Amino acid sequence: MAVGLTHYLFIGAILFALGLYSVLTRRNAISILMGVELILNGANINYVAFSHFSTANVEGQIYAIFVIMLAAAEAAVGLAIVLAIFQIFRTIDVEAAETLKE
Amino acid sequence: MDVTTVIFYLVAAITVGSAAIVAFSRNIIYSAFSLLGTFAGVAGIYVFLGADFVAGVQVLIYVGGILVLILFAVMLTHRITDVRVTNRAVGRIPAFLVIGIFILLLFQTIRETSWMRMKEVVYTPTTAKIGDLFLQDYLLPFELASVVLLAALIGAVVLSRKEIKE
Repeated sequence: MAVGLTHYLFIGAILFALGLYSVLTRRNAISILMGVELILNGANINYVAFSHFSTANVEGQIYAIFVIMLAAAEAAVGLAIVLAIFQIFRTIDVEAAETLKE
Repeated sequence: MDVTTVIFYLVAAITVGSAAIVAFSRNIIYSAFSLLGTFAGVAGIYVFLGADFVAGVQVLIYVGGILVLILFAVMLTHRITDVRVTNRAVGRIPAFLVIGIFILLLFQTIRETSWMRMKEVVYTPTTAKIGDLFLQDYLLPFELASVVLLAALIGAVVLSRKEIKE
């Protein structure tokens, strides 16, 4: 069976599911951010695959580049927040940072 | 089965395998380093899809930027001598159920939908086209992106600096 559109969609779906699992179960803030990166990569594969197989233009790749750019901004701000939490609580377990509910 | 197909399955296996290590490993250092395999594998998949520029951007930003940033954060928030570099996970079984149902639905959808396909797939250099689109049709989002990056830069500096007690 030749490699076609569905192969890439399967890979994107698997990456998305693994990232979602990471986000749902992890209690370490950095691991949650890694899961978000997996989700964004899975979505990006879909964008580029549809751009390659379903359209004749590169607009899907443009959106993929925007997603990569936003992922960079998200990683920078997210990890800065993680470092700030670490300075205050001396841990990055997201269940420890719960002073907002008091 | 020709060589291209074999290489494709190899790259796909590396991508999915290291993503699984990221999601399931108990040690956060292993998770962080496995992210390298995932990002590099995704770059290889972009190459298979004929997206040369996106593959380059993926290597530059994800492997060169975000991964290093994540490793720095891991090193800064765990003491090196700390043996228990834990990466605790809770609620595994409900999460497994939810994700399992979700991925079954996704697979079923992918298999049964008749996706719109081109008659013939073309491989052309994309960098010039992407540059043209960025400076013509997508000029406003492109400029907004630079503002977003500036805001993220300033925000990261403000958030992560140490508070100076008077």
